[in-house]
Formats: sequence, C-alpha cells, structure tokens
Amino acid sequence: MTAEKFDAIVIGAGMSGNAAAYTMASRGMKVLQLERGEYPGSKNVQGAIMYADMLEKIIPDFREDAPLERHPVEQRFWMMDNTSHTGMHYRSDDFNEAKPNRYTIIRAQFDKWFSRKVREAGATVLCETTVTELAHDTNGKVIGVRTDRAGDIIFADVVVLAEGVNGLLGTRAGLREMPKPETVALAVKEMHFLPEEVIGERFGLKGNEGCVIEAAGTISRGMTGLAFLYTNRESISLGIGCLVSDFASTMESPYALLEAFKRHPSVRPLIAGSEVKEYAAHLIPEGGYKAIPQLFGDGWLVVGDAAQLNNAVHREGSNLAMTSGRIAGEAIFHVNSRRNPMTKENLALYKTMLDNSFVVKDLKKYKDMPALLHTNSCNFFMTYPQLISQAAQNFLRVDGTPKIEKEKATTAAFIKARSRWGMVSDVVRLAFAWR
Amino acid sequence: MTIAVAELRVEDKLFLNRYLVDAGGPHIKVRPHEKPSPNLIALTRVCPAKCYELNDKGQVEITADGCMECGTCRVLCEASGEIEWNYPRGGFGVLFKFG
Repeated sequence: MTAEKFDAIVIGAGMSGNAAAYTMASRGMKVLQLERGEYPGSKNVQGAIMYADMLEKIIPDFREDAPLERHPVEQRFWMMDNTSHTGMHYRSDDFNEAKPNRYTIIRAQFDKWFSRKVREAGATVLCETTVTELAHDTNGKVIGVRTDRAGDIIFADVVVLAEGVNGLLGTRAGLREMPKPETVALAVKEMHFLPEEVIGERFGLKGNEGCVIEAAGTISRGMTGLAFLYTNRESISLGIGCLVSDFASTMESPYALLEAFKRHPSVRPLIAGSEVKEYAAHLIPEGGYKAIPQLFGDGWLVVGDAAQLNNAVHREGSNLAMTSGRIAGEAIFHVNSRRNPMTKENLALYKTMLDNSFVVKDLKKYKDMPALLHTNSCNFFMTYPQLISQAAQNFLRVDGTPKIEKEKATTAAFIKARSRWGMVSDVVRLAFAWR
Repeated sequence: MTIAVAELRVEDKLFLNRYLVDAGGPHIKVRPHEKPSPNLIALTRVCPAKCYELNDKGQVEITADGCMECGTCRVLCEASGEIEWNYPRGGFGVLFKFG
C-alpha cells in the first residue's frame, strides 16, 4: 500500500458497511472499504427480509435494479408443538402496492448489487482483504488499519467498524466486549430450491407475492428460539435459531433442530421435493438495548450487528444496520465538511443522531424483553405452545364430551402446568416488557 | 402419499457449500488441554459445522475445513483461552453463494 490517506475506512461490506461507505462516497469523501470475503456478501447470512424505507433513504430508486425476490403479502405466526401449529395469519392485498414495504432478498446477490452502488458512488472497495488490527497513535486515537495484504498501515481520519456480530477488531482493540453467550443466537439456515410456480401454488401466491412464516414452540426444545420460512422467487429460505447460552447448556445440535423443523408435519409439505443448495450458520445479536456497546471514540465508530443493533422482537436487523451505517456516514460527513478532527467529542454526533432515530428508540422500548424471554424460556417456548395446542384441539374435537367439561379440562391443564400465579406473573412481565 | 424431504446429515449439508480452504493455516486452534471444560465439550454438539470432536483421550480436537465462521465457539470458549480464533486469510474460508 502507498502512503495515501483516506477520509474514511469502512471495515466490512455488509448492510451497515455498504450504507456507511455509500453515504460518505456519494458526498464526495475519499472512502476505502475492506472486505475479507472473495466478493461482498460471501461471508454474509440473513433470512432475509429487507425493509424498503431504510434503503430508500440511502438509494431512493433501488427498485429499478436491486435483486429483489418477492414482496410478502402474507405473514404467518405459528406456535408449534410436535404435531400441530396454532397460527395467526395476516394477509392483505394492501401489500400489493406500487412501492412495496418489504422484500425477501438473497444476501449474497443483494450485497453484490449494493457494493456496485458503493463503487459507482466513488468508494474504493478491496475484497479478499482481512483487516488484522486497528492502528493507533500514541494517544490511542485510531489512525488506520493493518491488513493481511501488506504490513504497512493504511491511514484514514476515521475507521467505521462494520465488521458484523462476530467482529474481532473492536473487541481485540478493547473498544467493546465480546458478545456473551446469552446475548447472541446461533441460527442455521438452508436454501431450498423449487420452481417458481410450485411456490406460488403451495402458498397461494401470484406473481412476485411472497409469504413469511415465523414459528416458535417445541421446535426449539425449550430453548429461546425462533424458526422461519421465507419465500423467494424460486427458493425457500428456512432456518432456526436459539440463544448460544441455551445451546451450550442443553447440548442440542442446531442441524438436528433444523432437520426436525423441516420434517414437522406443518412444514414438510411446503418444502417437499426441493433441492437444497446451501447450508449456512450465523450469529444474531439478541441482547437489545442493554447490550449496545460504546459506539464511538477517537477516530472510530461502530455500526450494525457489531454494535448489537438488532430488534429481536420484530426480527429486524438489516434495516437497523443500514440506518446506523447511513447515520454514521452522515455524522462523519458533517464533521469532515467542517474540517473538524475525528475526535471522540466530535463523533458523539453519531450517537446523538442514532438516539433520535427509530434504531435506538425501538431497542429502548423492548429493553426488558431479552431478560424476560431468556429466563424460564421453557414456559414460553415449551409449556405454553403445548397448552395452546391442547386447548385448540380440545375445542375443535367433537367426541360427546359436554362442552363445560372440555372447558374445565383446558383451564385445569393451564393451571396445572403454570399455576394461576405463574400465568398472572407471565402476563404482567410480558406486558411490562412490551410497554 | 409420502412426501419427499431428504434427510441431510451435517456432512451432506456442508458438502453443498463452497469453501476455499487455507491448507497452510487453520483459523481456529484448540489449545492443548488435559480435560476440556463443559463449554468446550458442548462444541462437539453445538458447532453447526460439527468441526469439534472428542478424541479417544477425551480431549477436544478441531478440523476447521467446514467452518462457516459463525463465531459460536469463539463466544463460548475464547475468553477462557481454550481456543484461538482468527479470520481466515482474505478470500479464504466459506464463500456463501446465497447467504
């Protein structure tokens, strides 16, 4: 590397890194983006649902050429036991709009597109380059990075850490702690390919309409977890994730969970005959508001999953990543355009702007939710799903038992499993955490 | 009617993926140990690529070729010093086609 100096270096070419790099490069800043994968997206994994509003704020006309799969018109929430699911479905023709609100995407393809936009905006994007450490001056200010390409420091006024949930650099430099097993979930996922028209028939979809299923229950074997099934144009993304701390204590294997989910009688017919083309695993930040680390310092900012910016309740991650990346880019541009130094004091603007955005407001709203769902997870992910399934079956099965006895049996089952006080406490805690 | 959903072993799953293995240097190493901790033993079940296995002496060994770089083992065992975790060299490791 030459001694050339950049206005900003962005580490990572995922959602937050691309958003940050694009925002700065399109405003005329001299940006270098480093990505350790062979191509942008090659290390990235997501369900994936992408929300339009957050991308529109970065690339308003993205619909013209972004690789979008389907726009969901139907959302199914399933509570599962071993043989059944009790569901809530929402389907609306209102989602068939000129500019749909959200899309399923395939990350490796989407990220290549996003990266092309970043390069077109003027950033230098270097792939197959692993950043090995942050470089500091004698006062501890971050002044650049070292990579595995050459020993020399690449200098920049500011470094944006968009290194993902498993980011090594920030933790090694002591800028934030490594995620704890109870603040990250491990998700595994498969890509199941089926002809476009078969997916349309099975889910009742026409054209680019899509369907989303999110499921909890005995499929996570008592662990805090969630399974998902998203329709793409000619594939189905399907997976399951649970807290790493739960995996460690139960010694469950994620691939066994995934196989059981695929074989569940409610899921099996939806993916029958598919060809699996990839198996992926990734961590998801689950710690919420209380797990957000220090977000800025002298010469650096952290964005996206690396900053634990993920809304586990609403299963939103990439839009928080994109928004934090954009806001980081805007804050840096603000400081840069006034020719001010990239000090901790000046970069605090990033946190102020982020605090005022939906990103931190949403995470704050649910700050107590992780603690609620992570303690006694068995009640929420095992006991209640089973009770609800039994209640539904008891209600629907006609076998000559008088209705009054059926109702008594259902009530008794709930009380036996959770006790009156336990249920009241669960409801109150849930209500407070949701508030 | 029986519906075909092929059962995949984890080895079959990993076979679907594209990797560029850095033969010279595995990016994760297990430090020599006498008796593995509960978390290190858990990795033999929890690692989604089944990279960790117990040898006949009851110690945990790693073959990182199928690693998907999720970081689960790092979160569970790096702080205790039982494993050493680095990114593969630029361009190496798992290369997701879809992600």
